[in-house]
This record gives sequence, C-alpha cells and structure tokens, in this order.
Amino acid sequence: MNEQIKMENNTCFHCGDNCGNNTITFQEKSFCCNGCKTVFEIFNENDLTCYYDLQNSPGAIPKEIEGKYDFLTQENIIEKLTEFRSDTLEIVTLYIPHIHCSSCIWILENLNKLNSNISDSQVNFGKKTVRVTYNSTETDLKSVVLLLSSIGYEPYISLDDFKSGKKHINRTLIYKLGIAGFGFGNIMFLSFPEYFEINEFWLEQYKHMFRWLMFALSIPVVFYSAQDYFISAFKGLKAKLLNIDIPIALGISVLFVRSTIEIAFDIGSGFFDSLAGLVFFLLVGKFFQQKTYDFLSFERDYKSYFPIAITKINKEGYEETIQVYDIEKGDRILIRNEELIPVDGILINGKAKIDYSFVTGESQTLSKHSGDKLFAGGKQTTGVIELEAIKSVEQSYLTQLWSNDVFSKNKEDGFTDITNTISKHFTITILSIAIIATAFWLFTDPSKAMNVFTAVLIIACPCAIALSAPFTFGNLLRIFGKLKFYIKNASVIEQLAQINTVIFDKTGTITSNKSSNAEYDGEQLSDTENLVLKNSLRGSNHPLSRTLYYILDEYNIITLENFEEHIGQGIEARHDDINLKIGSANFVGNAAENAVLNTTVHVSSNDVYKGKFTFYNSYRKGVSKLFNKLKKHFDLVILSGDNEGERENLKKLLPAKTKLIFNQKPEDKLEYIKFHQSEGAKVLMVGDGLNDAGALAQSNVGIAISEDVNVFSPACDAILDASKFHQLYSYIIASKSAIKIIKWSFLLSFFYNIIGLYFAITGQLAPVVAAILMPLSSISIVVFTTICTNILGRKLK
Amino acid sequence: MSVIYIVLTVSVIVGIAFFIIFLLAVKSGQYDDSYTPSVRMLFEDELVKEELKESINTKTD
Repeated sequence: MNEQIKMENNTCFHCGDNCGNNTITFQEKSFCCNGCKTVFEIFNENDLTCYYDLQNSPGAIPKEIEGKYDFLTQENIIEKLTEFRSDTLEIVTLYIPHIHCSSCIWILENLNKLNSNISDSQVNFGKKTVRVTYNSTETDLKSVVLLLSSIGYEPYISLDDFKSGKKHINRTLIYKLGIAGFGFGNIMFLSFPEYFEINEFWLEQYKHMFRWLMFALSIPVVFYSAQDYFISAFKGLKAKLLNIDIPIALGISVLFVRSTIEIAFDIGSGFFDSLAGLVFFLLVGKFFQQKTYDFLSFERDYKSYFPIAITKINKEGYEETIQVYDIEKGDRILIRNEELIPVDGILINGKAKIDYSFVTGESQTLSKHSGDKLFAGGKQTTGVIELEAIKSVEQSYLTQLWSNDVFSKNKEDGFTDITNTISKHFTITILSIAIIATAFWLFTDPSKAMNVFTAVLIIACPCAIALSAPFTFGNLLRIFGKLKFYIKNASVIEQLAQINTVIFDKTGTITSNKSSNAEYDGEQLSDTENLVLKNSLRGSNHPLSRTLYYILDEYNIITLENFEEHIGQGIEARHDDINLKIGSANFVGNAAENAVLNTTVHVSSNDVYKGKFTFYNSYRKGVSKLFNKLKKHFDLVILSGDNEGERENLKKLLPAKTKLIFNQKPEDKLEYIKFHQSEGAKVLMVGDGLNDAGALAQSNVGIAISEDVNVFSPACDAILDASKFHQLYSYIIASKSAIKIIKWSFLLSFFYNIIGLYFAITGQLAPVVAAILMPLSSISIVVFTTICTNILGRKLK
Repeated sequence: MSVIYIVLTVSVIVGIAFFIIFLLAVKSGQYDDSYTPSVRMLFEDELVKEELKESINTKTD
C-alpha cells in the first residue's frame, strides 16, 4: 500500500526526489538513481531497513568521491582531525550536514553493523556531528569517511577543522547557575523559621546556627557565581562607563557585608535569601539569553570552504596529496570536478568551467582555456584540470579580503545597549537618593543613617532591569529561530531595531539560485522543431541546456538520428529532416549579433537563423512587495557584483527611489558601506556569498540569505532562510517592538523600586520585605516580557 | 544533643550529595546535547522489534 502510493508519485524511496524518467525499480521500490539504490542495498543486506520506517525517504544521494579523500591516509592530517589516538584506537568527530531526522541518528549509531571495526558511534543532533570510535589497526579514517559517504552521509572536512584543534566546551555558566540555585533554595528554607516564628524560645536557641549556615551557603554564591558581575563592574569603572553591572555589584556587596555584620552582632537575620535569589535570577536571565544554534556558525571565513589537502603532481609526474598550506608558487596541482581552487594559478591542462559565484556573486560559469589565470575560490564544474600555482593560499585574491581590519573588529564594541544606556542615569539617581536620605537621617536619627544608606542600595539593586533585556531578547531569539531567522546574539536584535538603510546584494539574495527565466525572441518555432529542441537539450549536460530544458514545455521523447555536442560552442542535432543548431551566436551562424550583457542561447534550423532565448534572473517571491514596504522607512540600495544586464528589469520591479549600483567588487561593497556609515547611516546588509563577506562584516547588521541553512554561509550576524525572505520587514518591525517591550518593563521595575525605596528611606526595610519584593519584581518582569514577546511572535506567523 | 543537629546535618548532607551529583552530571557532558538522547531513547524498541520478526511490515500511515 505504502509502496504503491510512492510508485504513483514516482518519488525515490531513499531520498524522496522526483525520479523523473529514469526510475530504477528494485524490490518493488522506485529509486531515482543508482546511488540511492546502492544505499538501499547496503541497508537491506545488513538488516538496517528500519532506517526507512522511522521516516519516509530520509536519505541523500551518495556523491561521486573517487580520490577525494586520499589525503586522509596522511599521518599529520589524521593527527589533526582525530580527537584521541592510541596504537589501536582512534576517535574522530565528523561534521555531517545531511543529519536532519531520527533515521539519520539511528543509522549513524548503528555503523558498527556495516563495519565491525567501528566500536561506537554517537550522534549529536544539534551540532550535526557524529563521534566515531574505531579500531585503527583494522580500519582507518579514510575507510570510515568512505563508508559514511557511501551511505549518503558524506562528512564535511574543511581547512577549518585543521586549524581549530580540540574544541573546549565552556560549562562555567551551568556550574554558576547550579551553585546559585543550590544556595538560594537552601538559604530560603533556613531563613523561613525566623520570618514566621518570632520570639519563640526554641528558635531563639538555634537561630545563630541557622544564620551561620546561611552565611556559609552564601559564600560560594557571592564569590563564585556572582564573580562576573564584579569583574564587569570593575572593567566598566576602569573605562569610566556606568554599566548595569555596577549597581548590581554594589547591591550584592552591600547585601553580603550588611548581612554578615547583622548576624555577627546579632542585630538581625540578614538578607542572605534575597542575596542568593538575586544572583540566581540574574544568572537565569544570562542563561536564557544564551540561545545558540549549534549547527550554525556565524564566524565562517574562507577556511570553511577550502579543502584541507589537494593533489599535487610532482616533477616526476606522480600524484601526491599535500596540505593546502604547503602549496608553493610553481607547484602543479590537480583540481577535480566540483573541487574548489585554493590558490591563484594558471590553467595548464584541461577544460575549465569555473563557477565564481563564491567570490564575485556572478551567476554564470566562465569557460577558461589553457594559459588563462584562475582565481582562488572558483569551483571547477566539469572534468579534471591542472594548474600551476602562482601564489600561496594566504596571498591569493580571495583570501586577501580577510586581512581587512573589519574581520578582526568586534561589532559589539562601541555599541551601548539599551540596558547600559539606562543604567547610567539609574546609577547616578540611586546614589544621589542614597546620599540625600543618609544625610537626612544623620540629622534626625544618626543611629539609622547607615541602615538607610545600605537599604537604599540593596532595594535599588536593578535585578528587574537587568532581567528585562535578556528575557525579551532571549525569547525573541527563540521565536525568530522557529521562523527560520537565526540570530547570532541578543545585541543583533537591538542593532536591527536601529537601522535606517537596507542594502541588498543581487545574485542569490534577491534572485533565486534555483531557477531562471528565459524569453524567446525571434521567428516562431514549429512543433517538430520544438520537439527536436527539447530532446537535444535533454542529452546535454551544459548548465544552460539544463535550465532551458526545464523551462520548455513537455514533449515526447524521441530518438535523435544525430547528436553532437561541440564543447564551448553548442549542440547540433538531427531528426527526420530537421537539423537543429543550438548554442552561441557564432556557432549558430548569426555573426551579426552584437554583444549583449544578458546570457543568450541561439537556435537555427537547417542553417536558417530562428531566434534566441535570453535568460533573466528569476527574483524571489515577494521581492517587490518587500521593497515597497521597506521604502517607507528605509533607504534602499542594491549593490551587485554582476553587470548591468538586469538594470531595466530591476527598475520595473523595485520602487523608484532604490539605488542600483553594479559591477561592485567585494572591497567596493565594503567601502561603500563604510562611507555611508561615516555619514551616519545604520546599515543592514543582506547578502549571500563569500563576495559579500566584507560588506556583511562592515555593516551594523549583516544578514546572510541561505537556500539551505546547513550549507555554508559567510560570517554574519544572522542567517535567514530563503523561504522567509519576504518576511524580512516584519522581522525588523518585531525587533523595534521588542525595544518597546523592554522600555515598558523598565517602567514596571521602576514602580517596584519606588515601593522598595519607600521602605528603605523610611528605615523600615525588614529582611522579609526584601525577600518578598525582590523575587516578586523579578518574576513579574519575566512573566511580562515573556507574554509580550509571545504575542509579538504570534503576529509574525 | 538536640535532635535538630542530626536533622540539620542529614539535610545538609543530602543537599550536598545531590549537588555533587549535579556537578558530576555537568562534567560528564550530560547537558551538552539536550536533544539527541530524547530521540535515541525511542530507538531501542525499534531494534528489538526488528530482531524478533525480521520481515515485519511496519505500520502503514
């Protein structure tokens, strides 16, 4: 039953792709290609078909990888990649982008059934990694990687893995939170008796022991859990900035000192419960704000794209694998299909068709001939080429962009967030209130003066203020994450709320990578001509043929009598009495064609010129609508690395005031943004490729658009899934609303502060008042911001 | 000696014991990946089922 439905839909049993016309049927299941069928066979033989029960069509098509992983036999590379190595055992953690469902976890944790030398494999779903332990005398890293690739889980190994070394997991915040929570809970229980049973004989007898126990429990809370606040306050004072941590640190120290004095001289029971509660709530806020997307990286540079090793052809003509960093000027290197060129070089041998979309943002591949210069960052898209390196990796054109200062600068420096803006006034106000109140009491009742002074500092400790921003932003980060808008950290939301200029890249950002449109211009083709055209395109692997093939209407499949592909020129095909030529203007015999900027494919039938197909970018859905919404509030600019071919199209599509700037190199984009920032613009840059990396880093907020968030996007502040591109405006508006929510919660916490200050100034601050007021204000702020942001999030959907 | 000392000692010891267990759990990496174990937990059943009846047709959806 299940299979039948699948047969009808004609989707692949393994990967779920449409099988098209080349369905392979095996065991009554359809497969789109031999690769998928092979994976099924492997699982079938090893009793692992449970894989398909957990999730429908969970797999990926295994890729052609011949020779790609030869470098994994090299000692120094294994040494760098493995986590642990002994004579018989190796442990390696591999990043596998395809991990996406429970089937993936299941199959990867059952690797030992496919290779008995693998003793253990453990998946971390969030990070999309698998940690494999294997017997290194019987098998090796290369075989493990090949095994994974053969079942469609090809690991991604890049230059980044090579340098990073052993990763250190930072767990200090959890420890601090645990200790504060432990202290808070226990101190609360110990302080309860004194709140309820005053002057009871039994309590009088034991209260000292209770108090000193509370003191003991509060020591680790103050000196370990709260240490970040002291450090930050000290740094703030040193830099002459009144940040929010100063009143917090002041409050904590006053609480601790006063409570200790109180119990030492038997004046009262102290405020230990409020103290531990304060630290605990503050840390919960910190923890909540620390939402991280383990599977995303916001810090990528070219190293994540580059391979670790490359095949070098040495002087004797043998191939050997060397590390990318070891490439020297003059080395001959071999680049296979789909491999990235890691250094600038000169093409020696082979037919190069280079996809430079990483570097320049240009959408079309470029054909290069022997003797031409190739830049690092280009991807070879057909066959094998040989080139001679003319620079080393670090000096290549693409990698030099990363030596620009913007990449070493931290965007958060020099940005005062909303909490610290308010804390400046807050701290000064609180200190003046404390001093005035103390002065007043010095004249009326000096014995109370010290009591009032400390009480003001305790009650004014801005716990609620410090919690507003973390909880609002933390919750919004989660809501955005569910809507496929992944933000690096909370301060990005604040910056996003302040922008006034939006700059877009063109290729891949407002245009979609997947499809382009073609328009036919010329003499109408007859039905048979159309039939031959479609069928000849079917046989060609050229990217333009593939695109055109999918755009044209469906026709029957016929056998062509003659089919010939002239590389770099076009296709010639014959059926019955029609001889069709498809390709460049020269090839088709229309020399009169003047150079145009758009990509065209020409057609002639029986040597009579018929017409041409012109390719246009296909823009993402809702681009026009989005721009019209944005134009009311922001300056709009398109900065494109492409030529001006699309200018007219864009003019029609976008609001009139949008600035269109073409032929921008990566450095030009960066400079453009820098210039406008110096004129006071707050820039949001939306881009996609490595060519935007500089601009994304320079802008106030850099958003990378990604068709598939698991595939790599350059260093940025946020990653937006392409399917949600049209929502960008509402995301910016939501960020602005978040700032409003925070301002309202500030008001709410001021209200609590005023109540507290009344008790403090009049000298009636009892520990029980503080113990009620502090958690109450904190919790109500958390509830308020959470409800507000959830309402905000509901509006977004 | 009053019973309160015993009670307090016991409560503090129990508290600290749990606290140490928490620290050990964090240290062992239990909080590093909070998602995968929740999925992994459900697999054991699937495996057992498969071993019992090898060619069982799974429930159709």
